Amino acid sequence: MTKRKLNNIIFKSLTFGAAGLLVIILVAILSVITIKGMKAMSWELITSIPSGGFYLGGKGGIANAIVGSLYLGIGATILALIVSIPTVLYLRVYAAHWFASIIRTLLDILWGVPSIVFGAFGFALMILLGMKASLLAGTITVALFELPIMIRSIDEVVKMVPHELEEVSYALGATRFETAVKVIFRQSLPGVVTGSLLAFGRGIGDAASVLFTAGFTDNIPHSPMDAAATLPLAIFFQLGTPFDEVRQRAYGAALILMILVLAASLLARLLGAKFNRYTVK
Amino acid sequence: MTDTLINIEGLNLWYNQTQTLKDVDVHIQPRSVTAIIGPSGCGKTTLLRCINRMIDLVPGTRVTGSIKIGDFDVYGRGVDVTAIRKRIGLVMQKPTTLPMSIFENVAYGPRLYGTRRKKDLQEVVERSLRTGGLWDEVKDRLKDPASRLSVGQQQRLCLARGLAVEPEVILFDEPTSALDPVSTVKFEQEIIKLKDKYTCVIVTHNIHQAMRIADHVLFVYLGELVEHGTAHQVLTSPREASTASYLGSGI
Repeated sequence: MTKRKLNNIIFKSLTFGAAGLLVIILVAILSVITIKGMKAMSWELITSIPSGGFYLGGKGGIANAIVGSLYLGIGATILALIVSIPTVLYLRVYAAHWFASIIRTLLDILWGVPSIVFGAFGFALMILLGMKASLLAGTITVALFELPIMIRSIDEVVKMVPHELEEVSYALGATRFETAVKVIFRQSLPGVVTGSLLAFGRGIGDAASVLFTAGFTDNIPHSPMDAAATLPLAIFFQLGTPFDEVRQRAYGAALILMILVLAASLLARLLGAKFNRYTVK
Repeated sequence: MTDTLINIEGLNLWYNQTQTLKDVDVHIQPRSVTAIIGPSGCGKTTLLRCINRMIDLVPGTRVTGSIKIGDFDVYGRGVDVTAIRKRIGLVMQKPTTLPMSIFENVAYGPRLYGTRRKKDLQEVVERSLRTGGLWDEVKDRLKDPASRLSVGQQQRLCLARGLAVEPEVILFDEPTSALDPVSTVKFEQEIIKLKDKYTCVIVTHNIHQAMRIADHVLFVYLGELVEHGTAHQVLTSPREASTASYLGSGI
């Protein structure tokens, strides 16, 4: 066997090994969470709020955290979208090249900032505004945390829109605004869906940014000013107890969180395919 | 015909420090096909894109001189480029459909200019697709994504989309270079039909194409307009040596 052939075989095995390891890790996470979570799964867990002594093994469920997380994740994602879409279109259509690259670099830095830092910032902002830990404060903080993820992932798609598409629109007499909304946004719609749901997944699963800002409560929030429980914190508090069945419920919460995120990415694929129909390849 | 529709006078263009068009003077006849020919990089496309001011989109360009469409000064003070581009359509080299249905592609322009009523839109879409020679092929699938059409059909859709805003002039930038021979012939036939109503200016690399469809030919070389005359005269008995040598190598 020649040296070149041997190199090829070694390289192939290494790449295969890396890819295989990834699959094993993923399957391991999914199965551990599913197996452990299923033991705690019950109708009561999903639909009822904690009763007294819940964290010591008492009755109840985590409906407070499920509803809180959904409110927070959906609210933050909508809030982030409202800022992201104009930003991304501005970067593509209006911004000078040097300015756009400064913004992109800043966003990349923000993307790398740990969520606990966003949490601390949100906390400081909350104190400054005289707010209490609440659904609103948590939503704003998570939205800030989601922003760089959402903007940069949508931006990558918007950047790929061919220049000819823009030119066609200008050649028909369209303004930059009309071109941005009717052509560039339209062409990027599948990417907008994927980017938002990616950000939603990150937002709903983050514990550190909501630790100080959303608070934690056994009740389902009824107004934006109420404190809100979240699934990541429900996992955190239950996993930290010495009681086996409470810890088991933490896995139940993790399983529910995982299902929510999976559902979001499944939805992203379905919607992405739907919006793909008219995009120009 | 004595009335000159496109009147280009003393047109110079700089791209950063480089002058890419030098003192171009030409009258382009209405309701005829004028072909701009010349070697790659000579400024043909640049000249074409000056006419509808698409050149404005290229940073670092500076234009002096004037282009008039009838009495309308394209480079006049305070002229709205939107108004220019409504009067001057452009079909680009690469057939580029917008990310929407066939119907919406054609309706895109009219919608920009305020046509809202479904019935009016249907009317203008049908008329434009008929003039663009595509109606019979797509009338049963107007709601299909435009990107599903063949490349040749896409280019005729681009033409129809341009016609829908009722321009006076249509610019073609090597419109058949991405098409197969059969689609090319079909597209050339559409251009010939258009000259009854529109002034057509076409940039082409293909001298045979110029012979088949052009009434007038401009030969551009190194940013200068070297020769201008009827297609027959320029293509068969050029006056200038550089034209003759280009045609000699090109045929």
